[in-house]
Amino acid sequence: MYRTKFSDHLVLILGSLFLCMPVVVAFMTSTHTAADIHMNGLSLAWGDNFIATYEKVLTQKGGFTGDITGARMVMNSLILGVGFAIGKILLSMMAAYAIVYFRFPMATLSFWVIFTTLLLPLEVRIMPSYQVMSDLGLLNTYSGLIVPLLASATGTFYFRQFFKSVPEELLEAARIDGAGPFKFFIDILVPISRTMIAAIFIIMFVYGWNQYLWPMMMTTDESFFTLMRGIKSILQVWVGSNIPDYNEAFALAVLAMLPPVAIVVIFQSWFIKGLTESDK
Amino acid sequence: MAAIDISSVGKIYNGGVRAVTDIDLDIKDGEFIVLVGPSGCGKSTLLRMVAGLEAISEGTVKIGDRVVNEVEPADRDIAMVFQNYALYPHMTVRQNLEYGLKNRKTPKAEIDARVAEAARMLEITQYLDRKPRALSGGQRQRVAMGRAIVRKPAAFLFDEPLSNLDAKLRVSMRGEIKRLQRRLGTTSIYVTHDQLEAMTLADRLVVLNGGKIEQVGSPLDVYHTPASTFVASFIGSPAMNLVKAELQGDRLAIGPSQISLNGYAPTSGAVTVGLRAEDLRVVSSAEGMPFTVEYVEELGSQRLAHGLVGDQAVTIALSGEAEITDSMRLSIDPSKLHFFDAETGRRLDVRAPATAVAAVAEPVA
Repeated sequence: MYRTKFSDHLVLILGSLFLCMPVVVAFMTSTHTAADIHMNGLSLAWGDNFIATYEKVLTQKGGFTGDITGARMVMNSLILGVGFAIGKILLSMMAAYAIVYFRFPMATLSFWVIFTTLLLPLEVRIMPSYQVMSDLGLLNTYSGLIVPLLASATGTFYFRQFFKSVPEELLEAARIDGAGPFKFFIDILVPISRTMIAAIFIIMFVYGWNQYLWPMMMTTDESFFTLMRGIKSILQVWVGSNIPDYNEAFALAVLAMLPPVAIVVIFQSWFIKGLTESDK
Repeated sequence: MAAIDISSVGKIYNGGVRAVTDIDLDIKDGEFIVLVGPSGCGKSTLLRMVAGLEAISEGTVKIGDRVVNEVEPADRDIAMVFQNYALYPHMTVRQNLEYGLKNRKTPKAEIDARVAEAARMLEITQYLDRKPRALSGGQRQRVAMGRAIVRKPAAFLFDEPLSNLDAKLRVSMRGEIKRLQRRLGTTSIYVTHDQLEAMTLADRLVVLNGGKIEQVGSPLDVYHTPASTFVASFIGSPAMNLVKAELQGDRLAIGPSQISLNGYAPTSGAVTVGLRAEDLRVVSSAEGMPFTVEYVEELGSQRLAHGLVGDQAVTIALSGEAEITDSMRLSIDPSKLHFFDAETGRRLDVRAPATAVAAVAEPVA
């Protein structure tokens, strides 16, 4: 048997430090005042401005119009992340169900058409998407934020692969048990996909949460600003002799990290199961 | 409970591949039919056509008095047991058993009664609240059978249900299936590639080869009068020895030796002769077919000696204590010989003579 040596631990410790230090530095720095940071640079020591900074970030109204708080931005980001993840899972499960279990003309072609949209990320089709949303009057709405992002193939592809690995006999047993297409989907397929759903939820939530370009284009009304935009706008206040609020930017960045981390921690075991083993 | 009538059924897959050709089979109410054959012989396809999981390309299938060609599997009043159990992994055993009944809107009290009865019959009552994952292979197969039983269908369809179990469990489950089927008296079709399973379970065996029926009959009929060399080599363990031989009048020449047939010759000329390993006897006299042993398989109760008669492979089964030497001489009762056409492999029937005397093989001078 292999005995772990000190050097193994050393490598792992260095690796985890390498990954964790930037976050620790960001958090520690956020507890200092902006002037302090401006003079002394980044800091590893605990400052005394923790409560003040975070309270300000979460509750103080800021922005151009002065009516958007950090809490509001967190909520917007959550709505975008969760809405995007759920919408994507619903859409892609149904699409994959159709592709895998039903024989219809040009099924394979449809799959490949969906699949090739992987080659067209949002950034490429951002102008036409904006045009469509604008024509539909969906600018500055949550639907406008979420819907155009839903149209991509990753989820469909994952679910297709998963459904294909579900044994055929399960479908046959269900048919003999008198379950129609709808019942089979709800009673059998959705429950056995739950680890897969969890895995995709995490991936998609983080993806939606981290969206930057699309929300920036879509929303001019500040009450729809997401956290990612908020961080950017704080650093833009180079007005006169103002020092940028480094501490607030760092605090927002730390806040922005929390929900994805929380989601991953909560769904961790499911996530790993979903990606590695098939629970059949 | 119902009879199943399969008439001139065929299956052609998209792309023109023909899997099953012209199957005619009348299954009586309560009968246990086993479809047996090597992989790819169409036995599963035939079963799945009866189940409604494959479309029927030709012919008709009747369950009871109803032609079911266009009927959904759920409405055919059948239940199926799959090789890999096909239990719903996210449901408990109880939910697995209930699912089909719930979909049929059976009243709750009725469902509970049937599940309890099936669970008692299969001795799975203590597992009812477990997930299939927490059960062993044998227990899962019981649950799969339970799912079939609670439905009280007109027919059970078994698709190689024991293939995933280990050898010992297979034997005991085999017994249980037989016992259960006797007790419920439900018409059953059972697909297997294991000839032993087929022999022990069947009321009637259907041997399939290349999508066609080779022979239908009771296990002993099929064993004692195989209709073709295919059936002869497939049914029985060890497989029947098939050797090329020539009929010369009343004498049969196998390689260098000749056997006097005492009137058992069905024809003349080249034939394939079938000799069951257990029908061959070792004789001490210099008369008899010379047999050179190549290797011996010990089965405990039996010793199987594999070797050559002339240049043709032959296996003989001897009792556990029998002595085996490198070269021995064999003889056989001519009434135990099976003759097959050398070209087509079909059985050649022997008109048994009035007085049959054990023949003695003689070496060629």
